[in-house]
Amino acid sequence: MSEWNADEIMTVTAARSLAGRTSCFVGIGLPSTAANLARRTCNPDLALIYESGTIGAKPTRLPLSIGDGELGETADAVVSVPEIFNYWLQPGRVDVGFLGAAQVDRLGNINTTVIGDYRTPSVRLPGAGGAPEIAASCRETIVIVRHRPRILVDRLAFVTSLGFGAGPGHRADLGLRGRGPIRLITDLGVLEPDPETCELTLVSIHPGVALDDVRAATGWPLAVHADLAVTAPPTTAELTALRSLTKGDRVA
Amino acid sequence: MYTGKPRTARYQKSMLVIIDVHCVRFLGWPLNGCSHSAQTGSRMAELVSLAEGVAELVHDGDAVALEGFTHLIPVAAGQEIIRQRRRDLTLIRMTPDIVYDQLIGAGCAARLVFSWGGNPGVGSLHRFRDAVENAWPRPIEIEEHSHAGMANRYVAGASGLPFAVLRGYVGTDIARHTTTVGTVTCPFTGEVLTAVAALNPDVAVIHAQRADRRGNVQMWGITGVQKEAVLAAARSLVTVEEIVDDLDPRPDAVVLPGWVVTAVAHVPRGAHPSYAQGYYDRDNDYYQSWDPISRDRESFARWLDEVTA
Repeated sequence: MSEWNADEIMTVTAARSLAGRTSCFVGIGLPSTAANLARRTCNPDLALIYESGTIGAKPTRLPLSIGDGELGETADAVVSVPEIFNYWLQPGRVDVGFLGAAQVDRLGNINTTVIGDYRTPSVRLPGAGGAPEIAASCRETIVIVRHRPRILVDRLAFVTSLGFGAGPGHRADLGLRGRGPIRLITDLGVLEPDPETCELTLVSIHPGVALDDVRAATGWPLAVHADLAVTAPPTTAELTALRSLTKGDRVA
Repeated sequence: MYTGKPRTARYQKSMLVIIDVHCVRFLGWPLNGCSHSAQTGSRMAELVSLAEGVAELVHDGDAVALEGFTHLIPVAAGQEIIRQRRRDLTLIRMTPDIVYDQLIGAGCAARLVFSWGGNPGVGSLHRFRDAVENAWPRPIEIEEHSHAGMANRYVAGASGLPFAVLRGYVGTDIARHTTTVGTVTCPFTGEVLTAVAALNPDVAVIHAQRADRRGNVQMWGITGVQKEAVLAAARSLVTVEEIVDDLDPRPDAVVLPGWVVTAVAHVPRGAHPSYAQGYYDRDNDYYQSWDPISRDRESFARWLDEVTA
């Protein structure tokens, strides 16, 4: 099974980044697919936490929403929404926040609110949901988006959730406890913050992708790591698990 | 805070009962101008039809919270509000979902207080977007928060406090556009923290699995922020799947005693296309099908005609 597409290597790469973690606060969409794949591949014991109040959810098929019945019925505990944010997320006890975004900038800041002016937007997006506090309070966050110039943008129309803010030291100045975005995973490669500048830098490129194409799909002049790696392709086991998951197969 | 609304005759009667029977408890409450006291009378919740409940408890211009986090969304009650042609409502809800897309498209809302306005797992709420982007069918004012902020606003409202404290919103643009987000300094450490204003809706509407004939309400599974919404509101209407003679205790159930609920209506499948754990599953196909229905004004108008016929 050597053939795979761009979305599949993105999801597999994101799932691998959850190896060895204890708990993950899961956003819906791409992050949820990857987090559920991790439970079926590299990390069967990973505690999935959804903002609906489900802790340790073990869905047998991929949920459509963050509050599907399957999540509550398979969870170790179901708590109220105030409790999930106040007791579980806020103190910083969750390892990883897994987030999607409509727009992300080179410092990992996220927009999910509007395109254009706030009061007279050209596109009204859903808004914040749980993301601002997930981005602030998880020990680390990982962001998953498709690599497009309109998604990886030079300048956000609105900062919904904070990455590194204006740059090094900004999170600490604001009193945020989590480290912020340690990785941005796309369908073309993997970006990580530069240790000095916090700027998201291409550290790994997916097999078969041309560097020029990654540059063209990035809305800012892309920094590329001196030792650019090539992402390990999905294994047969990973692909089988992912396709079973997205097809809706139930797994005990 | 939403105060200054004219009170109904029934509401005033229950106020008298409260002072007569529960004066000690009543006087012990912080009198901060919120209208929690309507819920603490000796009377039990009244069993009503859905139409009666909405007619009596939801008025034009009210601040209305229909809560239910993916699970137990009171969709039937929302559609009854549309049928009764309520206007100028302030709609409060963490996740507007299909239920508020319908109310907004029907022109019931002047304001929306929310934290995430999408069709979960599907995409946009098109009626919400049309209202915000194009002021159709009427302009809508928005007050926008994060989930953590909204949840804490209900907690403050339920607790009889003017605000709640959290670590949130820091460094984001949300607070620049939302006047109900501020800061407060910890009196013990001097740390500056985020404050959010209490939410005290005029009426909370929720859906639950069961109630007994005295109006005691029981719900389980994902219970979201419904307890807080009911306790924060001046009045409440609970629709239920089933009314039983006796509520047998259930581990992990949230119970709202009949004396904090204003009215209960028996509305089987009242949460569809959301779900009621133990009764029916989430109708994910309906959530998908709402996308084309809501996408253009004509197809939405046809849907509206069917619901109001």
